[in-house]
Amino acid sequence: MANDVAPASVSAFAESEGWEGIVGDWSADKQTFGVPWGKAMMWIFLLSDTFIFSCFLTSYMKVRISTTVPWPNPSEVFALHVGGTSVPLLLIAIMTFVLISSSGTMAMAVNFGYRRDKKKTAALMLATAAFGAMFVSMQAFEWTKLIQEGVRPWGNPWGAPQFGSAFFMITGFHGLHVSAGVIYLSVVANRVRTGFYDKKGNYDMVEIAGLYWHFVDLVWVFIFAFFYLW
Amino acid sequence: MAQAELDAGSDAHAEGQQHPIKLYLWIWLLLFILSAFSYLVDYIGFEGYLRWTLILTFMFLKAGLIVAIFMHMAWERLALITAILVPPLALLVLISLMVIEADHTFLTRIVFFGGA
Repeated sequence: MANDVAPASVSAFAESEGWEGIVGDWSADKQTFGVPWGKAMMWIFLLSDTFIFSCFLTSYMKVRISTTVPWPNPSEVFALHVGGTSVPLLLIAIMTFVLISSSGTMAMAVNFGYRRDKKKTAALMLATAAFGAMFVSMQAFEWTKLIQEGVRPWGNPWGAPQFGSAFFMITGFHGLHVSAGVIYLSVVANRVRTGFYDKKGNYDMVEIAGLYWHFVDLVWVFIFAFFYLW
Repeated sequence: MAQAELDAGSDAHAEGQQHPIKLYLWIWLLLFILSAFSYLVDYIGFEGYLRWTLILTFMFLKAGLIVAIFMHMAWERLALITAILVPPLALLVLISLMVIEADHTFLTRIVFFGGA
């Protein structure tokens, strides 16, 4: 770089925090976000995904407020019979704990990735993918059960017909995200194992895959609250 | 030179995102407890405003912990934090409009279909 003045001012800006730091990051002659570009792009993708899931949840809210027919009680619809007694939302609660556990193993995988511990990183990522596969299997079981009980996108035995379309759309789209995540994590885990990122010189991809996975968990937090508990 | 700066930046970043495993285990435990609490809201059968307040409180606490700690947002620079967290505020406008619209639809359905 021919200009010797710019780097000095860049570093002065780069050291400032808070609002002054924002002005510096956006206006200095440098890359705005001080993160690997893949990470910035993943964040922007997740932002767009936030809007997609928000549109689904908002349309679900809209049909639920505007229907004059009672909404099926999720607590009863998603109850499981265990030993003769009906336990409300049992499967959904287990699915929630499985997904949270997968986020926990993923966070630790990112940590070991930055420590260049290939074995532990790959193992923890595969554990995360296994939890994800477990989640999708339980969701497939739940869908099967509801379809057998007569839930369709256009109607169900218990009340407002919109229940089915909202359920299949929201949980289906989330389930697709989990399935894609399982494949994504398996691919990255395999690359960790074979030393691909050692050759590349950094383990940023592990953290980027982690961001995607935590987002899938994050979306489930909102679906759990608004669709199953409300 | 620019490349050197970038490399230095990503190294600093790599160091910046190393946190003790213990922290993640604590957050994991907290998320478990919060999820158990939100499940209990349904299990015990709280109703009305108490139910909705509890559900939303646990939901936002869980979401906050995931974004701040697991997704490392708490350690990012403010430029990235605002670029990601401010745009979703536009959703509040969408949600408000849809609540008004839905109430209107509900009332017209009551009026024209006699609550059928």
